Amino acid sequence: MSAIIAARTPEARSSSGFRATMLLPGALVTFLLILFALGLVLFLAFRGNDGSLLGVGLTVENFATVATDPLYWTVTLRSLVIAGLVTLATVVTAYPVAYYLAFHAGHRRGLLLFLVTLPFWTSYLLRVFAWKIVLAYNGVLNSALIESGIWSEPTLAFLNTPAAVVVTLAHAYAPFAILPIYVALDTIPKSLLEAASDLGARPFTAFRRVVLPNSMPGVLAAALVVFVPTVGDYVTPAMVGGPASTMIGTLIQSQFGKANDWPFGAALSVCVMLVILLVVLVARGADRRFGSRT
Amino acid sequence: MKAQGTTTTRDGRWLGLYVLAYLVFLYLPVLLIPLFSFNDSIQAAFPLQGLTLQWYATLYGNPALSGALVNSLVIGAIAASGATLCGITVSYMDLYGRSPLAATISTIARLPILIPGVIVGISLLILVNLVGLGPSRVAIVLGHILVALPTTVVVMRSRFVAIPRTVREAALDLGASDWTTFRRVMLPLSLPAVLSAFMLAFLISFDEFIVVFFLAGTEPTLPLYIWSQLRFPRSLPTVMALGTVILAVSIIIAGTAEILRHRGLGGARRNPA
Repeated sequence: MSAIIAARTPEARSSSGFRATMLLPGALVTFLLILFALGLVLFLAFRGNDGSLLGVGLTVENFATVATDPLYWTVTLRSLVIAGLVTLATVVTAYPVAYYLAFHAGHRRGLLLFLVTLPFWTSYLLRVFAWKIVLAYNGVLNSALIESGIWSEPTLAFLNTPAAVVVTLAHAYAPFAILPIYVALDTIPKSLLEAASDLGARPFTAFRRVVLPNSMPGVLAAALVVFVPTVGDYVTPAMVGGPASTMIGTLIQSQFGKANDWPFGAALSVCVMLVILLVVLVARGADRRFGSRT
Repeated sequence: MKAQGTTTTRDGRWLGLYVLAYLVFLYLPVLLIPLFSFNDSIQAAFPLQGLTLQWYATLYGNPALSGALVNSLVIGAIAASGATLCGITVSYMDLYGRSPLAATISTIARLPILIPGVIVGISLLILVNLVGLGPSRVAIVLGHILVALPTTVVVMRSRFVAIPRTVREAALDLGASDWTTFRRVMLPLSLPAVLSAFMLAFLISFDEFIVVFFLAGTEPTLPLYIWSQLRFPRSLPTVMALGTVILAVSIIIAGTAEILRHRGLGGARRNPA
């Protein structure tokens, strides 16, 4: 017995050293770079701008400006609509792909999964830029339409529109939506589908009553993964959107650049995070209402 | 039952066509970049003007470009090492640490998925200015560790979960310390995932633009260099040649990472979440 205790003691000692060392990198990154940095943003949002790093005083003026100036309502609403449309488009178009991967792909599944995730790992900047080539005045779409005789002269109607932003973002974030839906579909027990069909459900009924509700957690995860980066995007509006597509990310970026009002930019960031929090809560609620299997 | 079978295959065929169309939509705009990089014209428009390699020739002997490339490679390697180290330790402690702190860290580590890049960028910009670092390469490394962290944590976690618990228990029962078990048993068993996490983190850092935009000092990374060149119509073909090279290298790295991720553990299929 004493031998066991003797053998246990050094292990227990090394164990606490082990734990501390293993927890250290993660603790540093999460507490300092994530929580503390976000805390700084929250703090700065309640400060006045005097050109110094952390501002002065304690004020809600930044939030008052956001709330009362119609410009910010317009831009926020536009960001929400654009991100919402992009999310809807990516999720709806990705669902059949995920469905095929889960139920029909067979031996091609590995290759297809690789093919749909590959664009995910290629430059985002280049994916956006590719659309600029497609939509520009002397771009691919215009020259193709003229070559084929559909139009006689190039049109400016494609580039620098909110629609261009939606198409470009939907394309850039398309691969993000497939994986979560595929994972959710893939974990549905095949016996559930067989049971539905044995009990006389027609394929569409089985899909609507069994497959769709069971895949809702994946659909909601996909929606979040697409919505969050698109709502704060400032590169795509700048590249293909033109002045009519200014999004909230563009405004935040300019507060930390040209406009040089960091506290106001921080307040805008806090508002964006609140909007995202709201969306997450709604998604959670929806998850609980439809489908959640637990 | 037979009717059921034929509907399924017919549905499958239609769905297969849809997937094909989807892949075309996914790849067509991206493939325009290599296409026009070989086109003998300064404009990216049809009809094509003939084949040339001159835009690739302009990539050589460009000090601004090679400086940005070296910068991106160094930052990518350091940030990927940091993100992978954090991914390993965070997910290992989350699974085996049995402490609320470890679980909390693991949850927060996956939080950056829910923060738009622009906010990650400005929050770190405030932080590095506060500690007197300012926009610099160190700041970029910190930013990229953060951006890559959710990926490395998820990759490492799914690997550690796939190792049977009995392996670790056997090592501990045979008298191996926590360190020895981690270093000699668990880490070698998850080596392919470590490499895969590193490569994915490297790719994320190498292509990252939204965060780096706020944190770069005087030395730009490759995406920042590309961004600065996109304003000049004359340099577009060169940018497309550069983009093609990056595309090719990214595909090779992503492919290798994918193969590594699925290797080992007797082909036990994990969900690629």
